[in-house]
Amino acid sequence: MQTSDEPIQSNLADVPSPERKSAVVTALRHALPDGCVLSSEAQLRPYECDGLTAFRQMPLAVVLPESEQQVREIISLCHRLDVPVVARGSGTGLSGGAMPHAAGVVLSLARLNRILEVDPLARTARVQPGVRNLQVSEAAAAYGLYYAPDPSSQIACSIGGNVAENSGGVHCLKYGLTVHNIMRIRGFTIDGELLELGSAALDGPGLDLLAVAIGSEGLLLVVTEVTVKLVPRPALAQLVMASFDDVVKAGNAVAAIIAAGIIPAGLEMMDRKATAAVEPFVQAGYDLDAEAILLAEADGTPEEVAAQIDEIERVVRAAGATAITVSSSEAERLRFWSGRKNAFPAAGRISPDYYCMDGTIPRKNLGRMLKAIETMEEAYALRCMNVFHAGDGNLHPLILFDANVPGEWERADRFGAEILELCVQLGGTITGEHGVGIEKINSMCVQFSPRERAAFFAVKRAFDPVGLLNPGKAIPTLSRCAEYGKMHVHRGVLPHPDIPRF
Amino acid sequence: MKLRERVLVAGSQRTPLQLHGARTKEFYGESISGQPLDVSGYRGIIDYEPSELVITARCGTPLSEIETALAERGQFLGFEPPRPGGDPTLGGIIATGLSGPRRMQAGAARDFVLGAHLMAADGEVLRFGGQVMKNVAGFDVARLLCGSMGIFGILTELSIKVLPKPRAEETLRLEMPAPEAVQTFNRWGGQPLPISAAAWHEGAAWVRLSGAEPAVRAAQAVVGGDRVFPALARKWWDAVRHYTHPVFANESVWRVSVPSTAAPLKLPFEPLIDWGGALRWYAGDMSDFDVRGLALAAGGTALRWHGAGSESRFHPLPRAILEIHRRLKRSFDPDGIFNPGRLVAGL
Repeated sequence: MQTSDEPIQSNLADVPSPERKSAVVTALRHALPDGCVLSSEAQLRPYECDGLTAFRQMPLAVVLPESEQQVREIISLCHRLDVPVVARGSGTGLSGGAMPHAAGVVLSLARLNRILEVDPLARTARVQPGVRNLQVSEAAAAYGLYYAPDPSSQIACSIGGNVAENSGGVHCLKYGLTVHNIMRIRGFTIDGELLELGSAALDGPGLDLLAVAIGSEGLLLVVTEVTVKLVPRPALAQLVMASFDDVVKAGNAVAAIIAAGIIPAGLEMMDRKATAAVEPFVQAGYDLDAEAILLAEADGTPEEVAAQIDEIERVVRAAGATAITVSSSEAERLRFWSGRKNAFPAAGRISPDYYCMDGTIPRKNLGRMLKAIETMEEAYALRCMNVFHAGDGNLHPLILFDANVPGEWERADRFGAEILELCVQLGGTITGEHGVGIEKINSMCVQFSPRERAAFFAVKRAFDPVGLLNPGKAIPTLSRCAEYGKMHVHRGVLPHPDIPRF
Repeated sequence: MKLRERVLVAGSQRTPLQLHGARTKEFYGESISGQPLDVSGYRGIIDYEPSELVITARCGTPLSEIETALAERGQFLGFEPPRPGGDPTLGGIIATGLSGPRRMQAGAARDFVLGAHLMAADGEVLRFGGQVMKNVAGFDVARLLCGSMGIFGILTELSIKVLPKPRAEETLRLEMPAPEAVQTFNRWGGQPLPISAAAWHEGAAWVRLSGAEPAVRAAQAVVGGDRVFPALARKWWDAVRHYTHPVFANESVWRVSVPSTAAPLKLPFEPLIDWGGALRWYAGDMSDFDVRGLALAAGGTALRWHGAGSESRFHPLPRAILEIHRRLKRSFDPDGIFNPGRLVAGL
């Protein structure tokens, strides 16, 4: 694991010559049916970014294969012609993982959108990567089953994208992340080799390559088929909404619930700025006088839910809740959730732009983090509203800014980076569920040492020795970190100050 | 640090090391040579906060110490790590990645690994993952190390997710033949029932319900069967979990991992079935060829748990997958000093 082994990467923005572009496009058109290759400016424009619109890059071309065989042909061709490949699902990612490479093709898996099999007895579904997250649950609903991970973009985001990002959602605390809900994936490495990782059984021989492939952000292989686990839909779900006059008290209530031996199906927190933003938008019925509200969901059999709701009520009351409401109907439960699930659009409604962060910290540091964010709001002269997956310490501070005001985006960017650095300092991580992509690549220098990053490159090379799959994302090179270090070293927050940086 | 010196010496002399903790699972994996390196002295719980649901401990920490600390706060390791004689260390538990009967409901060892420190071949300690539930920064190397049999280095420190102990537990016993048990386990799996373990042996299915008292009561009515006295139930599940059931005393034992719905394999012996149908133990003299062929045809793989054979213990890997293993091993441990051959012959 020599640090000198890291890839020599072309710049993501280095535009290829017109001759090169035309040669690649011609080869792709030759290999694929009509309508599967996009190359004009107008056709490429919608693909220049994913859900993170602040980072944009026009690709050389976009390809839309319709079969696994076509995916293999594209990959083999790109391998032969030395063209970077950026896989893309629905383009809802929030870290720029699917932002194109100027010299590369975007490989959209949107047309591989069939549910191949739902096996109600085995409780699995075999789907193509372009199938939308919610579609899986819809297909399984007839059997009383569903697919548990529910990122807030679940109406649109694809299973392939979920696998690439190891997506979470509001129910991870009890039901796990994508990595806990995938049995098997099938896909191609850059040399056109078809890999099956995992199986229909619960384990198999060798290293757990499935675990490392999930969340690998398109750097290791291009997934063409996914077998997901389905779980029985709980007979009942009910929600407790509790108000607090202090965010730290709300944070302590979260710890108290867990310490009491309760694992709620969902445990979410919103601060006053967040409830103020969503309430006029969705009329969720939130307590606007509260400094923070907590949403705690219990699910299971009616007997189980009744017992758990009682306990949650008792614990949050003891933790100092100023008001407690228990959802009295399914409609009310969904209404309480709608505010939380619409926090991002609500931010977009009260501010021209917003920047969503995704750090995770040990829950005990929640209060400290919130106080620090308040100080940063003043320092950067920007507002920030906070929503959290409180149960698992995953924060989504939404920094509000206006990209049309000169300097505001730069301030928001630095504000975000400072939050992430604090996450690392507090024993957490720079990304809980959105991925590193291009967005947090500098912050990776703060979280990992050069040796650790070299280990990541070693994993990358084991799957992709030529470095053509989504190059330049997720793991920063030494030189990139050296650049970033120069900018940031004055803050003295780098975790390994004794390590030579060059 | 002593471990580090040992690693550096082994590296400079290119002497392979055979890592071990409490030596409770030496039978597991391919047999290897090499200088034994006992890591059990590097022990102790570093951090445990019940409200964070995470425990961090050094590799040599005995399971008993961890379980005692957790039990004091009403928590436990959800994947029920096996204790095949003796008191295994946390490092060995994660390096082998084995899980007990609750795996079917709670998940496997790898599902609970949040972070790992790896002492690499140059003596440096690399940190992967962390102590938080959600973490997608960098590749998930911490989970990759779970089940890696020590071929990448020493797992010096591990952070593991823990769970609150279920409030109530009840085991039910139902007489039924194996094919019906497999069907029934899978059918129940599709219903919102708090089944935390489902096994079958010699004409009887054993089903464990875990959860809130009212939920267990309600499920008991659905599942039916005879209530097993708690002491006997504990004895049964411990025997399955720790491989002390008489089935494991046989000289030749196969561990067959198949889809939970797979029909009983056409082998001359009746299995011990665990994990709601997904894990089948066969004891008796059978050829590698037969067992592996049938396991493969059923969509699974077979591992020779006990007994001698001409082939490797683990089911052979497909060529492309093997090549990735080779490249990973070469990068992480270029001189091949850590447990060479323990996971895959030649690596």
